[in-house]
Amino acid sequence: MLNEIQEKILSIVADMKGTGEGAVNIRSDGKKAFRRNTEHIVIESKTDKDGIDIRIAPGTKHESVHIPVVLTQGGFRDMVYNDFYVGEGADVTIVAGCGIHNCSGCDSQHDGIHTFYVGKNARVKYIEKHYGEGEGGGKRILNPQTILYLEEGASVTLETSQIRGVDDTKRYTRAECRGAGSEIIIRENLLTHGDQSAVSEMDVFLSGFDTKAQVVSRSVAQGSSSQVFYPRVSGNNKCFGHVQCDAIIMGSAKVRAIPEITCNHVDASLIHEAAIGRIAGEQILKLMTLGLTAEEAEQKILEGFLR
Amino acid sequence: MLEINHLSYRVEGADGAVDILQDVSLTVEDKKFIVVTGPNGGGKTSLARAIMGINLPTGGSILWNGEDITALSVTERARRGISYGFQQPPRFKGMKVRDLLDVASGEKMGHDTACDYLTKVGLCARDYIDRDVDTSLSGGEVKRIEIATVLARKSGLMIFDEPEAGIDLWSFARLTDTFREIHDKKEATILIISHQERILRLADEIVLIAGGRITARGSVDEIYPKIMADTVVGCNRLEVDRKC
Repeated sequence: MLNEIQEKILSIVADMKGTGEGAVNIRSDGKKAFRRNTEHIVIESKTDKDGIDIRIAPGTKHESVHIPVVLTQGGFRDMVYNDFYVGEGADVTIVAGCGIHNCSGCDSQHDGIHTFYVGKNARVKYIEKHYGEGEGGGKRILNPQTILYLEEGASVTLETSQIRGVDDTKRYTRAECRGAGSEIIIRENLLTHGDQSAVSEMDVFLSGFDTKAQVVSRSVAQGSSSQVFYPRVSGNNKCFGHVQCDAIIMGSAKVRAIPEITCNHVDASLIHEAAIGRIAGEQILKLMTLGLTAEEAEQKILEGFLR
Repeated sequence: MLEINHLSYRVEGADGAVDILQDVSLTVEDKKFIVVTGPNGGGKTSLARAIMGINLPTGGSILWNGEDITALSVTERARRGISYGFQQPPRFKGMKVRDLLDVASGEKMGHDTACDYLTKVGLCARDYIDRDVDTSLSGGEVKRIEIATVLARKSGLMIFDEPEAGIDLWSFARLTDTFREIHDKKEATILIISHQERILRLADEIVLIAGGRITARGSVDEIYPKIMADTVVGCNRLEVDRKC
């Protein structure tokens, strides 16, 4: 049974009501709290280390997997390895979120390494939300790593967001588009406040013929928080890649964006854009002329930006 | 009723103070259609922004429906029924046309209502309602969306700052019909800054502003010939003194 805090966090990080639908694995304070397999999706605990294997049968269509993690014990440190094997031609949505509720004075930390082996012509939408709450002085720390291997014609969309309350995060994403015609889309949304710090590094390798990558990062840095973005895309074959970093900076926050593109092939075409700036005064004024207060206007602008 | 009394607006520039508006007084009766026109840099936009509260005047007062609103914020004026369509509307990354219309109307707008407002500015809701109001839209499209947000406010005083700027001829014709319709149905007091004869011809009264002052007021038939007679294009000095 899930308690109230667990249920609230699950609804925030995985949009789940209770135990949701489809294949589900809920991990709470380092232990399996709930699991449900389906005919096509089998989740098994690893025997050599902490974590699970998620096997999605070839041809599985329109099914979902939810594997949220909840930390409610202060001072708990969690390290987990989750491997996804997505069968040929499957089309699935995977929702993995982590929420930390820390009321203690000790740091809570969850480090997850998610590895995806995406089969031929499979399509995956991966949604990951990170969230922290709790009044204690203990830090809430999340260090996710996402590693992806894409076979021929595979397509993966990663939507990651860290909305609020995570004090310290180091995110690393590595995508290898090995198969011809494979495609990776990464959308990252991040909001930091107070004295939080976030670092996001990415390596995308476009090694297969006619591969594509799109990286869109949107972030808001409030208070005295700091963020570093370091997305790197390498084109090793005929390919197209586009990296776009957009950040809104507020208060005394600091944002560093270092988009890096490398072409190792004459038919590789890569583009990067980066922009950091405060909310334009005219945007706030415009919304004020529509009846919002300056604070409401600012909130509305941030909501849209991070959607 | 809108009453502007002895309004002045002075800004401190690098070369000393500049008077943008000087002793401007203007009364606009309810449901009237006023067009403010005049040369660039004459103070028209500054006057419109002062009425909305974006520029705070350095002297004089503004009354709306009998209440002195000179010290009120933009938000407070908006909530009292004053709206303003920007000359160069800002763009928003991530905000959709639907979001702006919702904010403007103060509620979640149904598809049909949104469609109605967009049609009034010559846009098809199906194509635009879920578009981001960002750089993917052209200047004319953003401008028309801007006007739609003002219409959705249903305010008592609608101010439009050069609504024709950047808008193609076909959409412009639709837009003038919309202004005419609001005026005919007596839905709002309208104050438009414009240089377009077709808009000037809709007005109950034309106000000519130049050098920060109102230099003439009257019907379109009185004022329009004056504007044409005073027209000097190019460099005044060159034409008068033969050197610049």
